[in-house]
Amino acid sequence: MSDSRLKVSKINEITQVEFIDRNILDEANIQAISDEITAIIEQESCPQLLVNFANVDHLSSAALGALITINNKTNEKDGTLRLANIDPQIYEVFVITRLNKLFKIHETLNEAVDEFNAAAN
Amino acid sequence: MGDSITCIPDAETVELFNDRRAISELIDQILSLAFDAGLKDAAIFAVRLAIEEAITNAFVHGHSQLGNDVPVTVEYKVSKGDIQIAIEDQGPGFTPEALPDPTLVENLSKPFGRGVMLMKAYMTEVLFNARGNRVKMRYLAS
Repeated sequence: MSDSRLKVSKINEITQVEFIDRNILDEANIQAISDEITAIIEQESCPQLLVNFANVDHLSSAALGALITINNKTNEKDGTLRLANIDPQIYEVFVITRLNKLFKIHETLNEAVDEFNAAAN
Repeated sequence: MGDSITCIPDAETVELFNDRRAISELIDQILSLAFDAGLKDAAIFAVRLAIEEAITNAFVHGHSQLGNDVPVTVEYKVSKGDIQIAIEDQGPGFTPEALPDPTLVENLSKPFGRGVMLMKAYMTEVLFNARGNRVKMRYLAS
């Protein structure tokens, strides 16, 4: 079994996912990441998922595709996916592809957590 | 190699197999030359993204009906402020003009179809040969 490419932690009811790799480019790794996050989503009745992009320098369109799939699956379970700490160059990729309109993206981790908390109250 | 549209005269030519380490090493090599030729940060990011997308497309789509041991050909030429790269696969090709626009609302939730769009967004020039199995990309620093 391959090693996990993610670091998963909890912030209250929020599941935070961080990437071990700085470059999310390899198709096989991206599929493994997608499978691992999908398993997390399936374990929760109403997933509150925070993907923290700190330390990510590069990602490919396949990684964007995996995020879309994760977003779709989270929505299917009436959950929420938020992205945070995205490097400006990578954020531009989201803007160019208009995926900044699809995803809930926050500049900082604290901002994302505050939004989760506000929605819960 | 290549037709007149996608030809890169005096290019370095490499046979590249679908191996992550080999792909990363080649891209790092090209970007190292690009850095030495004066490209910095944002330009390096752009060229890396475009090359990754083009190579992925060649193997995943171009070679979808071929064995995983079939290589693609990568040609590159780096000079001051000018990076030219061509990737040619051995597949049947495709029609780039027929690709749907991934930025349309109805396509945003689809997890595929953004590679060529990103190549065009980040490179100064992206040209395909008539068959659609070879792409030439060029980055010109402003």
